[in-house]
Amino acid sequence: MDLISAGLAAVIILATGGLITLFTLPGFRRRQTAFRPIAAIQRLQRAVGQSVEDGTRIHVGLGKAALLSYNTASSLAGLTTLERIALLSLVSDRPPVATSGDGALSLLSQDTLKAAYRMSNVGGNYDPTLGRLAGPTPFSYLAGAISVIRSEHVSTNLLIGNFGPEVGLMIEADEQQKGTNIVASDSLPAQAVMFGMAQDMLIGEELYALPAYLQAGAAHTASLRVQDILRWVIILVLIGGAILKFMGLI
Amino acid sequence: MRSPLSTAIAIATGLLILVALILPFPWLQEIRTILLAPAIILTGVAGLIAIYNLLAVHGRKMVASQERDIYSFFLLLGFLVTFIAGLILTPANPQFQHVVTSIQVPVEASLMGVLAVSLAYASVRLFQRRKGIMGFFFILSAVVFLVISSGFLSIGRNLPVFQNVLSIVEQLPVAGGRGILLGIALGGLTAGIRILLGADRPYSG
Repeated sequence: MDLISAGLAAVIILATGGLITLFTLPGFRRRQTAFRPIAAIQRLQRAVGQSVEDGTRIHVGLGKAALLSYNTASSLAGLTTLERIALLSLVSDRPPVATSGDGALSLLSQDTLKAAYRMSNVGGNYDPTLGRLAGPTPFSYLAGAISVIRSEHVSTNLLIGNFGPEVGLMIEADEQQKGTNIVASDSLPAQAVMFGMAQDMLIGEELYALPAYLQAGAAHTASLRVQDILRWVIILVLIGGAILKFMGLI
Repeated sequence: MRSPLSTAIAIATGLLILVALILPFPWLQEIRTILLAPAIILTGVAGLIAIYNLLAVHGRKMVASQERDIYSFFLLLGFLVTFIAGLILTPANPQFQHVVTSIQVPVEASLMGVLAVSLAYASVRLFQRRKGIMGFFFILSAVVFLVISSGFLSIGRNLPVFQNVLSIVEQLPVAGGRGILLGIALGGLTAGIRILLGADRPYSG
């Protein structure tokens, strides 16, 4: 990394970290955060309640991102979402099940579920097989996750993380089971397939907004505010760059 | 309250690796290598534990008194055969690799075939499912780019105005893709920073 890029990266990281910390402080939090309504999230909230009432299961597919890869961030958002979903639905006869396509991610999903059980004071009921590796390659993950969708009384499928276009087959499996599917991915080809096939989807950065909508904490809400600020900075930089280029200055 | 020790280790390690990524000092690079090497080994061990967990799940499904899953038996059998063959022949053995890929590749190709059929069916269903403006533009753009990519309009490329319009239209998916990726990058950045701040802790249940 050259010196200018390194300096720029340091400034962006420090500014983002500083703003998230600032907006998390009690004095800077908004009293009431008005979230933009997102149909997929509203549907998810309804589906979670419905699955608890019906005694059916929620399947959270965390994707296949390896923990040391560049696309882990989507899986981390998935893990936070899993915790929130687990907290909301542990009282169900059939607690949520999480599948992943990476060993380390599956251990983190177990840890996340264990934390949710402990927070709900039912730590003794925790079952480590609820967070599982469905398969270590994209297609074996697909086959393993389809098996869960079909055979474990799943009524709601939340697929959130890094997926490839093969995610279409998981959505199709859910459609055949007449379930509810809400999907989000950081991959563009997967998003295109999801848009065509899924009932509801989160596009682009909406994936990272999901934990905040599920009230995962002040830091998540602060992150959304910071993302909004950074988005405006990018817009200004893009417009400014275009003007400077048009004027022949860069 | 989650373990403060795990949180402290995670934050300190994350910060050190980040600083080493930005600052080009050799001693920082050495620290980064020292921290990453065990992380890679631990990830491998995590993979083994997860595979054991996968086998345990399917073992349980195979012998369950209710809703027994016959496919779990085939999964365990396939795993055992591959594992024992891998131990005897080693994974680097060309014949072993040939047998594994001869099974794996056709299965994956057939799944892609099924996906293609599912996508074709989904494209018909899309008209019912996405009735809003987003759905309209998705379908419109899919049709426009299918026509452009087919080469059908290549005859008109000699016309100066048409060529310019076509090149602008061809840039649109790149611009749209970049827009989505910028949003994803912002989300990824804030997710990573929340981990570094200890606000998000997907560990130590």
